[in-house]
Amino acid sequence: MAMAIKLSLILLLCLSSLLAPSFSLFEDQVGLMDWHQRYIGKVKHAVFHTQKAGRKRVLVSTEENVIASLDLRRGEIFWRHVLGPNDVVDKIDIALGKYVITLSSEGSILRAWNLPDGQMVWESFLSGSKYSKALLTVPSNLKVDLDSPIFVYSGGCLHAISSIDGEYLWKKDFAIESVDVHQLILSGGSDVVHAVGVTDSSQFDTYEIDVKNGGLLKHTSASFPGGVYGEILPVSGDRFVVLDASRSVVLLITVNNGATHLQQTHVSDLIHGSSENTVILPSKLSGIFSLRTDSCIVFVKVTDEGKLNVMEKVDKTVVVSDALALSEGEQAFALVQQGDSKIELSVRLVHDMSSNHLKETVKMDHERGFVHKIFINNYVRTDRSHGFRALIVMEDHSLLLLQQGEIVWTRDDGLASVIDVTTSELPVEKIGVSVAKVEHSLFEWLKGHMLKLKGTLMLATPDEVAAIQQIRLQSSQKNKMTRDHNGFRKLLILLTRAGKLYALHTGNGRVVWSTLLQSLRTTSQQQCAGLKLRQWQVPHHHALDNNPSVLVVGRCGLSLTSPSALSIVDAYTGKELQNLGPAEHSTVQVITLPFRDSTEQQLHLLIDADKRAHLYPTTPEAASIFQRESENVYWYSVESEAGILRGYGVKKTHSSEYSFEARNLWSIVFPAESEKIIATVTRKPNEVVHTQAKVIADEDVMYKYISKNMVFVATVSPKASGPIGSATPDESVLVVYLIDTVTGRILHRMTHLGSQGPVHAVLSENWVVYHYFNLRAHRYEMSVIEIYDQSRAENKDVLKLIVGKHNLTTPVSSYSRPEVTTKSQSYFFTHSVKAISVSSTAKGITSKHLLIGTIGDQVLALDKRFVDPRRSLNPTQAEKEEGLLPLTDALPIIPQSYVTHAFKVEGLRGIETIPAKLESTSLVFAYGVDLFYTRIAPSKTYDSLTEDFNYALLLLTIVALVIAIFVTWVLSERKDLQDKWR
Amino acid sequence: MAVPRRSKPTLLLLLLLSLFASSSLAIATGNGGGYSINGRVKIPGFGAKGFGLPVKANNAKVILNGGQQVTFLKPDGYFSFHNVPAGTHLIEVVVIGYFFSPVRVDVSARNPGKIQAALTETRRGLNELVLEPLKEQQYYEIREPFNIMSIVKSPMGLMIGFMVVVVFLMPKLVENMDPEEIRKAQEEMRNQGVPSLANLMPGAGAGGGRSN
Repeated sequence: MAMAIKLSLILLLCLSSLLAPSFSLFEDQVGLMDWHQRYIGKVKHAVFHTQKAGRKRVLVSTEENVIASLDLRRGEIFWRHVLGPNDVVDKIDIALGKYVITLSSEGSILRAWNLPDGQMVWESFLSGSKYSKALLTVPSNLKVDLDSPIFVYSGGCLHAISSIDGEYLWKKDFAIESVDVHQLILSGGSDVVHAVGVTDSSQFDTYEIDVKNGGLLKHTSASFPGGVYGEILPVSGDRFVVLDASRSVVLLITVNNGATHLQQTHVSDLIHGSSENTVILPSKLSGIFSLRTDSCIVFVKVTDEGKLNVMEKVDKTVVVSDALALSEGEQAFALVQQGDSKIELSVRLVHDMSSNHLKETVKMDHERGFVHKIFINNYVRTDRSHGFRALIVMEDHSLLLLQQGEIVWTRDDGLASVIDVTTSELPVEKIGVSVAKVEHSLFEWLKGHMLKLKGTLMLATPDEVAAIQQIRLQSSQKNKMTRDHNGFRKLLILLTRAGKLYALHTGNGRVVWSTLLQSLRTTSQQQCAGLKLRQWQVPHHHALDNNPSVLVVGRCGLSLTSPSALSIVDAYTGKELQNLGPAEHSTVQVITLPFRDSTEQQLHLLIDADKRAHLYPTTPEAASIFQRESENVYWYSVESEAGILRGYGVKKTHSSEYSFEARNLWSIVFPAESEKIIATVTRKPNEVVHTQAKVIADEDVMYKYISKNMVFVATVSPKASGPIGSATPDESVLVVYLIDTVTGRILHRMTHLGSQGPVHAVLSENWVVYHYFNLRAHRYEMSVIEIYDQSRAENKDVLKLIVGKHNLTTPVSSYSRPEVTTKSQSYFFTHSVKAISVSSTAKGITSKHLLIGTIGDQVLALDKRFVDPRRSLNPTQAEKEEGLLPLTDALPIIPQSYVTHAFKVEGLRGIETIPAKLESTSLVFAYGVDLFYTRIAPSKTYDSLTEDFNYALLLLTIVALVIAIFVTWVLSERKDLQDKWR
Repeated sequence: MAVPRRSKPTLLLLLLLSLFASSSLAIATGNGGGYSINGRVKIPGFGAKGFGLPVKANNAKVILNGGQQVTFLKPDGYFSFHNVPAGTHLIEVVVIGYFFSPVRVDVSARNPGKIQAALTETRRGLNELVLEPLKEQQYYEIREPFNIMSIVKSPMGLMIGFMVVVVFLMPKLVENMDPEEIRKAQEEMRNQGVPSLANLMPGAGAGGGRSN
């Protein structure tokens, strides 16, 4: 009887958990515990669209392959499209006043987008015969047979394309003449396109082409034996400038009535003094060109007689904008001068170079770094004079609009290129809160709950419903700058490609602080980039007065052997505490050691390109700790190109106090002709596993093989390493390995015939789940491998397990070679995958969810029970009790279990999970071009009341019960009295 | 989200037109190094369902081979990939709110112009490369409208209900009972004693023994 009750209870539990996906959200809960931020990335090109009527907007293309239309008033995104990873935007322009034209993929794809809503109107594929630079010219007022053509030079051909429907009008191939076209010029009013180019870098060619049919009207050429460097740039309609191959001579080319005239001027005549690394800046100013050298920028005017006059010399850090045509044939351009915590913007007119038309000084946060780009636009003021607005791109990739000496809006678009993520706890709340505050908050709290009660009873007016939503979204609790009881409030520390560090509050995603790291700033000498972000100091017991800090590891230079830059940053304030760079060694690998010194600084090993290990922090204490533990320090390296996996330990003899020689312990060489490494995955170092035992049906126990030193390696046959469609099923083989990184022992090896990559995998506890493509079924598959320790298998006494008298306390060691068994199963999965991760909780008790970033830039939560290798077609009664699901060939995709619900994390690159203090809950942060944060409870929030728990209803019930008690008491008293009278 | 009103009717009109226009689909055409794949995405009820949908489909993407090429839909739903080598490829359609099956497309090198397409989820072959969603996706739970039953079923409701039963019905039950029977029942209770926890959970103790 009791057994039956227990059974039915378990069944009920299982059923209830099966029916409802454990992650699900009501629509009005959006924004309650999640936030989503949309970004575009560092702007490459910007085109303004400011007509008198209608919205003012700016169209931008960015380094993240995003094209977007931004509101010029507030900087918000009207619409945005993220192109494919290989579809780099070359040029952007506006045609017919209503289409945005983009040229991408090295000039092979031309697309038109509807300006108001971003709908793609047409797309043309331009095939070329050879690689060349891409040029786009959209004439503003050229009409050919009721059509306005767009001219594109790409792949060695000049294409004319209708701007209405994207149809080909004509094509002229320049590849036969082996000429490399540098400029396309349309002189206003005429029906001729001028193509200016260079043949074999020693002959200058101009072509005049009929816009109607592409016929060649005229061809002139002139040779100069010196060769050219860089691009030919137009100065005026018939004059061009270019540098010669030695970069010391400016060539002025004049095309006059079919004759080409060359004139040489030495750069040293224009600029007195050093003139290294000279370039001509493409600024499109009429009659003027600008020349940049290592020391300065000079503006040179070309007179009608062909003389070069230096007009002005400015500092080389000045950023110059393109020319902007004003109404009366006048041209203006902007210069930005960098000052200390301010920038100076000046606008000049080409006709009157001597004085500034406009000069403004704008205060600028020095954490934004230098100005990288400037785009200007004009508007007509009420007094008919010209006003200017400038869009500037800063060193940290942020975008700002300046107008009338003020910053109108800013966008932190550096957050579109997050490289690495870590978290930090917030400071502990100081005790001593005023009574008034408590009373106020209590009153507010009660009021909120009364409103909520009204809402549930459907008594609330629409205004009150709005108020309820407002209260829920803006709960001041979640945005506090202190640690909370549940561990939901944290700082997300993000390292971006620009070398800037951001701290975001998990409550609402606001930027708490941001720092441009001085050690990672790219200078003219070297290009620096951030690599890794690690927790450096996490104060727990000893150093509670210290703020936590993070370690940023970067590289100064492009090659692997370039010196590394290290910097330690305070996680509360963003101050750079210590700048350890540039270090003398390079860094290819960062290993966080599980040791801490007395100030709770985490010990780190940095492995350089010569396989030497460098210990940080460089203190004698850290060195002595490391010396003591050095026998147990192991690491491995993956040489994907050579197909070798090597394991290392530390040599006893060390070269200096803090750097150690590595000794090669083992190596696994994969046969190059049949296997190529495409993916390696390890466990997250901070993952917590609650128990090694797994109780299965029939009160049996299995022991998980839990080792921190396990690596998953996937290899494919070299032929199948390309994209899908490049290999046949017969020639592609996917092999996966589980390898112990201390001994190099291959724990498990499995072959998937007819399968290929890309492989995305996640390794956690004793299992690995990986996603790959099955060519035979032509579907994606996901496989799971679970690995169990066989040596403890006979140890099956559940009672002993409960009491604690089992051998689980004997440590798991990689030195012993336990017998392991593996179980494996495969399932179909519908979508391509971009990233895969697993939920992590504080104690590891809660069941796990896989977080799968799909090709649609959504994050799907999939219960780990769906990828359990013990699933069978007809599970026995005992297995059903255990919660084992019947086997299906495909993994289910339940729309309610998308953690990103109706949002997309465009350009998704990674998913990070962070355990909260509350065991049931895991924090999820997904990043790409967009950022998304939420928290999930894989087994529901069994340890806390849900957000919509109604306290008011509880209070009402209690009050009702108390009243009922009184009423019944009075009633019974009266009855007793009556009985006594009887 | 910020889409000017005036553009929508024209868009809708185009879409409606495209629904009725019959078209022959040239699926693959030889072109220098590679082939082209042309197809079309059709979302049923695109015009009928109101103004919300064009914005949704505005962000539609068509993806070849898991990201090798990404393209977008024209207003009439057509899309094309260019420069695709011969072989078997996979096309995925991404529209928020709809579930599309990936499509297997065979581009033949031997006889250009002939391709085969099939949905990988249902293994249904396609004569034309017209992709329709298998189902709509609802990302949110539907909140149940208020009813008295949900209050009654909630812990608080159960508490009140139980109290009402005990207060008003129990005395009636006791009243109707024979005094003899009550005494009997009370005696029985006394004899049985307090039921122990161990009796309730025979599985734990017995199971442990058996497995040895």
